[in-house]
Amino acid sequence: MKNSTNHFLTLSGLEPLVVSPEINFINVGERTNVTGSRRFLRLIKEEKFDEALEIARDQVEGGAQIIDVNMDEGMLDGVEAMTTFLNLIASEPDIARVPVMIDSSKWEIIEAGLRVVQGKCIVNSISLKEGEEEFIRQAKLVLRYGAAVIVMAFDEHGQADNYERRIEICERSYRILVDSVGFPPQDIIFDPNIFPVATGMEEHRKNALDFFNATKWIREHLPYANVSGGVSNVSFSFRGNNTVREAMHSAFLYHAIKNGMNMGIVNPTLLEVYDDIPQELLKRVEDVLLDRRDDATERLLDFAETLKGKKKEHDHAVQEWRNDAVQERITHALVKGIDAFIIEDVEEARQSVSSPIEVIEGHLMKGMNVVGDLFGSGKMFLPQVVKSARVMKKAVAYLQPFIEAEKDGAAQFAGKILMATVKGDVHDIGKNIVSVVLGCNNYEIIDLGVMVPPEKIIETAKKEQVDAIGLSGLITPSLDEMVYVSKSMEKEALDIPLLIGGATTSKAHSAVKIAPNYSHSVVHVNDASRAVTVVGNLLKKDNSNYKAQIRDEYKKFREQFLSRTKRKEYISIEQARKNKLKIDWNSTQIVTPKTLGPQTIENFDLKTLEPYIDWSPFFRSWDLHGKYPEILNDEVVGKQATELFQDAQKLLKKVLDQKLLKAKAVYGIFPANTVNHDDIELTYGDKQFNFLTLRQQLKKRQGVPNIALADFIAPKELGKQDYMGCFCVSTGFGTQALAQQFEAELDDYNSIMIKALADRLAEAFAEYLHEFVRKNTWGYASEEYLNNEELIKETYKGIRPAPGYPACPDHLEKNTIWKLLNVKETIGVELTESLAMWPAASVSGYYFAHPESKYFGLGKITDDQLKDYSQRREIDLDQAKKWLNPNLINE
Amino acid sequence: MSNIRQLLEKRILVLDGAMGTMLQQYNFSEEDYRGERFKHFPTSVKGNNDLLSITQPDAIAEIHAKYFEVGADIVETNTFSATTIGMADYQMEDLVYELNYNSAKIAKQVADQFTKQNPQKPRFVAGSIGPTNKTASLSPDVNRPEYRATSFEELRIAYKAQIEALIDGGVDLLLVETVFDTLNAKAALFAIEEVKEERNINIPIMVSGTITDASGRTLSGQTVEAFLTSIAHVPLLSVGFNCALGAQQLKPYLQRLSHATTFFTSAHPNAGLPNAFGEYDETPQQTQQFIEPYLQDGLVNIIGGCCGTTPEHIKAIAEVAEKYQPRDCFK
Repeated sequence: MKNSTNHFLTLSGLEPLVVSPEINFINVGERTNVTGSRRFLRLIKEEKFDEALEIARDQVEGGAQIIDVNMDEGMLDGVEAMTTFLNLIASEPDIARVPVMIDSSKWEIIEAGLRVVQGKCIVNSISLKEGEEEFIRQAKLVLRYGAAVIVMAFDEHGQADNYERRIEICERSYRILVDSVGFPPQDIIFDPNIFPVATGMEEHRKNALDFFNATKWIREHLPYANVSGGVSNVSFSFRGNNTVREAMHSAFLYHAIKNGMNMGIVNPTLLEVYDDIPQELLKRVEDVLLDRRDDATERLLDFAETLKGKKKEHDHAVQEWRNDAVQERITHALVKGIDAFIIEDVEEARQSVSSPIEVIEGHLMKGMNVVGDLFGSGKMFLPQVVKSARVMKKAVAYLQPFIEAEKDGAAQFAGKILMATVKGDVHDIGKNIVSVVLGCNNYEIIDLGVMVPPEKIIETAKKEQVDAIGLSGLITPSLDEMVYVSKSMEKEALDIPLLIGGATTSKAHSAVKIAPNYSHSVVHVNDASRAVTVVGNLLKKDNSNYKAQIRDEYKKFREQFLSRTKRKEYISIEQARKNKLKIDWNSTQIVTPKTLGPQTIENFDLKTLEPYIDWSPFFRSWDLHGKYPEILNDEVVGKQATELFQDAQKLLKKVLDQKLLKAKAVYGIFPANTVNHDDIELTYGDKQFNFLTLRQQLKKRQGVPNIALADFIAPKELGKQDYMGCFCVSTGFGTQALAQQFEAELDDYNSIMIKALADRLAEAFAEYLHEFVRKNTWGYASEEYLNNEELIKETYKGIRPAPGYPACPDHLEKNTIWKLLNVKETIGVELTESLAMWPAASVSGYYFAHPESKYFGLGKITDDQLKDYSQRREIDLDQAKKWLNPNLINE
Repeated sequence: MSNIRQLLEKRILVLDGAMGTMLQQYNFSEEDYRGERFKHFPTSVKGNNDLLSITQPDAIAEIHAKYFEVGADIVETNTFSATTIGMADYQMEDLVYELNYNSAKIAKQVADQFTKQNPQKPRFVAGSIGPTNKTASLSPDVNRPEYRATSFEELRIAYKAQIEALIDGGVDLLLVETVFDTLNAKAALFAIEEVKEERNINIPIMVSGTITDASGRTLSGQTVEAFLTSIAHVPLLSVGFNCALGAQQLKPYLQRLSHATTFFTSAHPNAGLPNAFGEYDETPQQTQQFIEPYLQDGLVNIIGGCCGTTPEHIKAIAEVAEKYQPRDCFK
């Protein structure tokens, strides 16, 4: 619907936000507020703006749709602080994408904010406190600056503290704004004051109820106006008792939203799931909120007393859910991922029904539906769902023998999905997560594992009559493999949907390269949470609309993408070489390495690596987004992240203590010089090895070079001896056995976990070894001392780029590393036909030491470099095309 | 002046093409730019095209006339950079009132002549309000992201002076154009609203943003819909896009804009994308071919040209615009 006809509050940052009725509730981030967050106040006072911005970014990543910014503090120059912080936000596109709420009780601070925000923001707040004249003046200015406004229920006589005063002030404000100022009614947001309840004061008894009723009245009588409020106020008298507070917030929100509140400031870490509030507590909380009994406050206080100092899920509470009926217990176990009692509960359920299958189709499915709904609505997160799946699997495994004894066939599944990591690729964390999530949603999964040849995929799909195929892959050659599978599916006349996922896949690749090959549905599924919806839509009976819509969307995307890529300008390889990075070799002191030639590390103690682990990607592999360690306190995912982290620590400790994984490495530094512009010639003994680097060809601004890795090594013709290193590390030995052991115990959660941990350890090992090489083997940085954070930020000198990554996308280089270091024979890491490393938790790459060496992206290259490369590599053009495909301009 | 709103309901109106491209053909020298009056002015003024409204008024009038001759309904005043901020480069801040006033007068006189000749086709003058060469929401210094080279207040005051002079000179419309930073545009709109209130007038306002590249966003990072949302608080005559892209590349964004707004829409794209020498190669016939789908799909109410377009281009656009119904704002 068009903006100007729909009467919905519409805001904008870099992107628009339409507060349509379907959106239900807008969550405003509250942590960039000096009055509410001590940490934010300290950062602003100390002018640590980088960290202050991180808080804003975390909120946006955590799902805040608007961010509230408040600088009202006596010690701050509010105008200055507001201006500076909003200017900083404007330079961070991932924060600036959402609208801002400029929050201040001082008009001059609000106006300062309005003068630096390009989007349509919200002013928080104005009111009739200082009289009509000032109210009108401010409202006119807000309108002229192009903002929406929060109006407090406050007038010349004070703050509205009962139902009548609330509606009287709101109505008066509305009439002035709409009739005299000409303010668009949909841009008005009322804050009818959320006050504490259960304070013991008689006059506070109706505080919540009056808010609910006033909200309802506003939404019914003041057309298009919105209602907002700060929720945590309501539980003020229960500070220190989070169990009660969380229940109060959630119950309050439930009723407020039902009555029409559509925006608010809520701290998600202080919020219980409404359905999870214990019955007795909920009843007493609602008695207070809705003022249902005279003794409501006393009863809640009494109850709160029994909970005091007690953590949630305490023994007592555990016992409590054990007293529920069997269905509730099963549901609880599934939602909370507790497997301790599931066998006895399922057995009890089995005895209550006539056929064991009814337990799966009844009790367990009911529980999993709750999980599915909570996950779908963003109230549960991926690690929780995987834990739920673990409980489910155990339950089903227990029932299986009883079902088979009855021989009345298997349970009815919603569909059969074939999952596979394509040929040449060994990465399966993402695929396993998607399998588990789909499994939870009652799909039968046929998982063909890793390195699955296309013939096997097609054959199994036909034999098992699956309803959809899901392909996964992480390394770039897998993209081509997926293209090949899609063509085979067309040739074999399959008509089932094809799902594409994995780290290097993209909607662009799926739309441009895969979808055109296959006349049926091709969908790129970028995260596990979308998989259920997508598969559900694809497999439902009347799916023609959805399929047509997908095809249409991909077609449009393809056209847009193709017209976009044409526009960049490229220069010839010859010109690019002329514009290479010119390092001043005459003034460069090349450090002669202390040790040359291949070195091997075996039986390395993994404990050494613990401080080198970069945890942020670990959380990402579980679809939890945010930076470690801040993610542990994140408003939205913090609780889950903390739990996941604890589980990871537990498993890591076990792995380290019992030495369940083995770490090995081979590395070495060799004399090297650049030859023929882009090749690096290494000498080892009497043998020579050539690394072939690729050069950027995108036309650059004046003064910006077209880089290739070869630029970081001194050219041979200068007669100056330079050096280069390469390495391969692995922490993957033992992963497979452990994962299989977990799988045998029906524990997908830990099976995925061990792989994710092994990956992190491999990266940590690479980081550790790089540091060791810089300080010892090569020794050019013996003075360097950096902490882990600095290591992750790569503040050291020199780089360790890896073949297959942006600076050197050519996987064939791994063959040269393998030959040079004798990798397979020395430490046992092998290369698949697509040149993925096996075990998967391995890292290989080069070492460059020059201080000017840096990571970069190759970008696209043109036909002349491709041809040149195929000659240097001594392979034919088609093969060269195959390996460099993702980087070719004309592909 | 005839009611432009009623006219827009009936047909697609044509806006003129580039002023700068046309001025290049005159090959004016430093002396020509100076004229008698600025013979001894301390700084070089060559390249200050807005100054030509004072020193070479006949050339400016001639260009306006050429665009009217080929069928333009609206011409833009020669005032794209005529604010105190833009004129600071030439130390000519004091001339802002005169530049805008003269430019408006020249354009209005030519427009009136054409209206007189053919009252069935009334001609209009839009006061051109450029973005200035500074941005209010982007820092020019990568090491100081919080720094701004200008401020909302500075822009508001500069724009207000320009707007008052344009209105005194008799423009029929105000065109806030080439918006690459929405905050700059909001300052201009704020100033316009102030002048409207102070003078108790209701002059129609056109806003035209600039999508800088295939990212589909303004230079300051906003999407089409976010840009529209940020300026929709002002009652506009039209909203549209111009500059940076050619007609072909602009279409998808115009489509989204047209879909999202009930204001009239406008487009004045460049003559394609510049070649390696910064020149525009797109021929009038090509432009016409790229514009025609706009009209077939009912995307615009006002159509014209920006950098690189000439009277030949506008003629080709006017010919094809005549054949189609204007966009229905509520469809």
